[in-house]
Amino acid sequence: MAILTKEQAQALLKKVLGYSKADECEVNLSGSDSGNIRYARSSVSTSGGASSQTLVVSSAFGKKLGVATINEFDDASLEKVVRRAEELARLAPENPEFMSFLGPQEYGPESPTFLASTAAVGPKERADAVAASLNQAKENKLNAAGFLSNESGYSAMMNSKGLFAYNKATDVAFNITIRTEDGKGSGYATRGYHDFDKLDTKTDTAVAAKKAMASVTAKAIEPGKYTVILEPTAVAVMLENLFFDLDARQADEGRSSMSKPGGKTKLGEQLLDERVNVYSDPWNKELPGSTWSGDGRPQQKVNWIEKGVVKNFYASRYWAQKTGIKPIPSPNGVIMVGGDKSLEELIKGTEKGILVTRLWYIRPVDPQTLLLTGLTRDGTFYIENGEIKFPIKNFRFNESPIIMLNNLEEMGKSERTVSAESNANYLLPPLKIRDFTFTSLSDAV
Amino acid sequence: MKRKDFLYLSGIGMGALMLPDLSAFGNPIDPLQALEGVDVKIKKELADVALNAAKSKGASYADIRIGRYLNQFVATREKRVQGVANTESYGIGVRVLANGCWGFAATNNVTKEAVAKAAEQAVAVAKANAKIQGEPVQLAPQKGFGEVSWKTPIEINAFEVPVKEKVDLLLNVNDIAMQNGASYINSVIFAVNEQKYFASTDGSYIDQDVHRIYPSFNVTRIDRESGKFQTRSALSSPMGMGYEYMNARPEDKVSGVVTRYKGRYDMLEDVKSAALNAAEKVKAKSVEPGKYDLVLDPSHLWLTIHESVGHPTELDRVLGYEANYAGTSFLTLDKWKSKNFKFGSERVNVIADKTQPGSLGAVGYDDEGVKCKKWDIIKDGILVNYQAIRDQAHIIGLDESQGCCYSQGWDDVQFQRMPNISLQAGKEKLSVDDMIKNVEKGIYIIGNGSFSIDQQRYNFQFGGQTFYEIKNGKIAGMLNDVAYQSNTQEFWNSCSAICDESDYRLGGSFNDGKGQPSQSSAVSHGSATTRFNGVNVINTARKI
Repeated sequence: MAILTKEQAQALLKKVLGYSKADECEVNLSGSDSGNIRYARSSVSTSGGASSQTLVVSSAFGKKLGVATINEFDDASLEKVVRRAEELARLAPENPEFMSFLGPQEYGPESPTFLASTAAVGPKERADAVAASLNQAKENKLNAAGFLSNESGYSAMMNSKGLFAYNKATDVAFNITIRTEDGKGSGYATRGYHDFDKLDTKTDTAVAAKKAMASVTAKAIEPGKYTVILEPTAVAVMLENLFFDLDARQADEGRSSMSKPGGKTKLGEQLLDERVNVYSDPWNKELPGSTWSGDGRPQQKVNWIEKGVVKNFYASRYWAQKTGIKPIPSPNGVIMVGGDKSLEELIKGTEKGILVTRLWYIRPVDPQTLLLTGLTRDGTFYIENGEIKFPIKNFRFNESPIIMLNNLEEMGKSERTVSAESNANYLLPPLKIRDFTFTSLSDAV
Repeated sequence: MKRKDFLYLSGIGMGALMLPDLSAFGNPIDPLQALEGVDVKIKKELADVALNAAKSKGASYADIRIGRYLNQFVATREKRVQGVANTESYGIGVRVLANGCWGFAATNNVTKEAVAKAAEQAVAVAKANAKIQGEPVQLAPQKGFGEVSWKTPIEINAFEVPVKEKVDLLLNVNDIAMQNGASYINSVIFAVNEQKYFASTDGSYIDQDVHRIYPSFNVTRIDRESGKFQTRSALSSPMGMGYEYMNARPEDKVSGVVTRYKGRYDMLEDVKSAALNAAEKVKAKSVEPGKYDLVLDPSHLWLTIHESVGHPTELDRVLGYEANYAGTSFLTLDKWKSKNFKFGSERVNVIADKTQPGSLGAVGYDDEGVKCKKWDIIKDGILVNYQAIRDQAHIIGLDESQGCCYSQGWDDVQFQRMPNISLQAGKEKLSVDDMIKNVEKGIYIIGNGSFSIDQQRYNFQFGGQTFYEIKNGKIAGMLNDVAYQSNTQEFWNSCSAICDESDYRLGGSFNDGKGQPSQSSAVSHGSATTRFNGVNVINTARKI
C-alpha cells in the first residue's frame, strides 16, 4: 500500500484524527517505493529497493507539543500512536515558539509532479538504463562508475482545524563518472527528472565520456583570477549556498551574509548585478514542486531576487509573526532566469577564460561574506579566442556567490540541473563570470 | 543522518542550528523503551531461519544482521529547549553470495516468515546481478566464533540518564555563554546505542552493544555596530563512551592558551572559554598570508588526518568503487607495492585500530563477523598498508580481512568503512611549550573548522576554531581569517616534530559520509600536538 490515493489518504487521516483528545492535533502521512543500482569498475556493485510508509502525529496541549511516529496501520496501532503523542505532549516543556496549527488553505491547481509511467518503473527498466550506460563506456574502452535511483511517493496532511493537503511525485536521479583506463582523464554528468522517459543514460554517458577523453594530458596553469564559464551543475553548488542564506531569522539575528551592521538586513537592497532574477514556482513545467510545505503553508510563486535586489526572505510562522513579515516557507525548487545563448555560444564569445564543468567539495569558509572553497573536477578546459584550446589541471577556488554575481559577464539558457552536493534540482543557466578566484593547483584527476 | 543535517547541528562552519528530519534516525519512542533489549535466543532463531533459507535457495555464503539502532538527541538554544527526540530503528538485513555475486534485502518486519522471504529476495537479487557481474567475488576465509558477545566498556549508560538532567545541563551551558558575552548559543547532546546481532554461515553468532556520545555547542558573538560576527564551537570530541564522558576529572584537562580535554569533557568550563574566545576573535588581527610553521592541536589535527590519511588509504577508493561519489585515491597500488613510497617524514607513523578503548570505531567484531585488530598504515613515513574487508583482502595479498566492514543500519548493505586512523605520538619527550619555543614564525591552531579536499586527496584546505600567532617562540595573540592549503604528501613530509604520549588525545567524526545511497559512520583519530614546517596560509577575508 505504498502509494495511497488522495481519497485513501483522506480517509486514513480522518480516522487518526478521530482518536485525538488533545487541544490540537495534526497528522502527516507519507509513503514511497524506491529502487537503485550502483555500478563501478564497469560492473554492478550494489542494488536495492525499499518501500516505506510513515505516519507522524503531532498533539498539542496549549504550547506543549508531542510527536510520535508509526509504520503500522491497523486501528489499534493508529490509536496507540495518537495516545503516545499526547503522553509526550503532557511531559514536554512549554515551547514559547509553538504556533497553533493552520486552518484550511487554498493550494491552487495540482502541480505536475507525478507521472504514472515513471511510477511503474521497476528493476528491469533500471537494469536496461544501466546496461545502456555500461555499453556506451565499454565501446569506448572507458571505466564507468554510476548511480541510478528512482522513487515514487506521496505525502498528505490533515489537522483538527480542518486543513487537508495531498501531493504525489515521481523522481529519477542519474549520475555517472567516466574515467580513461590510464586514469588521466575523467568526466561527469548528472541528471534529475520527474519523468523517467526524459532520462537518456546513453547520451549522458557519452557526454561524460567526451569530457573524460578530452581532459587527458591536462596542463598546469598558474592559479589566480580568471574569467570562467561555469556549466549549470557548477553554478548549482555555488548558488544554492546563497539560496540557503535567504533565511529571515538568521539575517535578523545578525549572523548571515544577509545581515547588516546595526541589526538591519539586506532585504530591499541591490546586492547583485541587475540582470540577476531568482524565483520559485511550484507550477513550473520543467521544475514542478509540491504546492504546500510540511507545516501546511501554501507554496506560491515567489520572487526572491529581482534585478539584483533581495525581495523576500523565508521564515518560520513564529518568526514571521514576531517580526511582522509574510510567512513564506523555504522553496522546494529555485529558478534563475537565464539568457538566450547556448554554452557553445558563451565559449565562442570568450577571448581568454576557463570552462568549469563541475565544482566539488564545497564548504563554507566565512559565513559573513559567504566565502566558499572547493575544487574543479572531471574536466576543466582553457579557452582562447572562442575555442577550447586544451585541458587544464584542477584548481582549488575561494569565492563567494555574492561576489560572483556582481562579476557577471553573461548568462546562457537556463536548464534543469542537479547539485552534486545537496542532490537538489534547479533551473539554472551557465554563467560567465570575471575575476573568479583560484588559489592553488590540484594534481587530482 | 545526512551530512548537511549534521553540519547544521554540530555548528561546523555554520552559525545556525536547525532541527534535523527526525525520521532520518528512526521512529520516535518513549525514553524508557530504549532500555528494553531483544532476547538473544529469539535473535538466534531468526538468524538460523534466514541462513537456512538463503542456503536452500543456492547461496554459497549468507549473513544476517538484526539491528536495533537507538538515538537520543537533546537540543537547546539560549533559554529554550528546541527539541528532545528518542528514536528507534529496528529490522534485519540479509546479505548473500550466489553465483559469485552479492545480493542484499532488508525488512522491518521481524518475523520468521518475513526474514526467510528477505533471504530469498537477496538470493534472487544476487542471481540477477550475476548476469552483468565482471569477476566473481572472492571472500577471504573467516572462522566462526560460535556464540559470543561484546559491549562498549561504559560506566554510565547515557540512555539511563534522565532527559531533564541533560536539559538542565545544556540550559546551564547556555546561561554561562550568555553571561560571558555570547550573542547566541546552540547546544546539543547526542547519544547512540547500536544493538547489533550478526550471524553467518561461517558459524558466528555475535551479539554487540555499542555506545557513543557527543556533546557539542556553538557560540556566536556579534558586534552589532560593525556587523561582524564570529563563532566558536565546543572542543569536545564524539566518543565511544557512556555518559561518564561528561564528568571530567583534573587529569582530563590539558592547560594552555585554552583548556583542552582528553578522556572526559567539562562542557561548563569550555563554554565560558568559548564565549571569551568568540569575543576575542571579533577583534583579532587579520592574518598576513604566507608560509608559516603550523603547530596543530589534536582537536584540529584529527580532521586533517581523517581527510588526508584516512580516506586515501581506503582500499575501495583506491580500486575505483567510489569514483562516482567520494572519488578515488592518489595512493595507488603501485605506490604500496614499491615499499618505498614516502608518504611523510620518518616521524610519521600511522596505525589503524578498531580496538582502542573510548574510540568511535571500537567494536569486538565488524559487520561481517571479523574480529577487530590493529595494524600499521604508514610506518616510518612509508605507505605499508590499506583498510580492507573480506572481498578485498586477496587484492593486497592478505589471507584474512582487516575487519573494516560497517553498515549504518539494518536496511543498508555493509561495505568498507574507515577504522580509527591515528598518528602515533613522538618517541622522545616533547611538550607543547617546548615545541612552540622553537618556532620563529608560526600559527598555533586549535579546534576544527572549514575543510575541503580533492577527489584523489592531494590538495586540501583547512580552517580552525582559534588561531594564535607564534613569534620568536612565543604566543603573540589571536589571528583571524586563517586557512592553510597544502598537498598531502608535501604536508606530511614537512612534519618536523610530534609531542610525546602525554599529549596524545582523540578527536573524531560522528558522521563520516560515503557510498550511494550515502551512509554515515563514526570514527576517531588520535594524535599529539604536531609541527609542520613552511605551510602556505591564505587570508580568507573578503568584502561584499
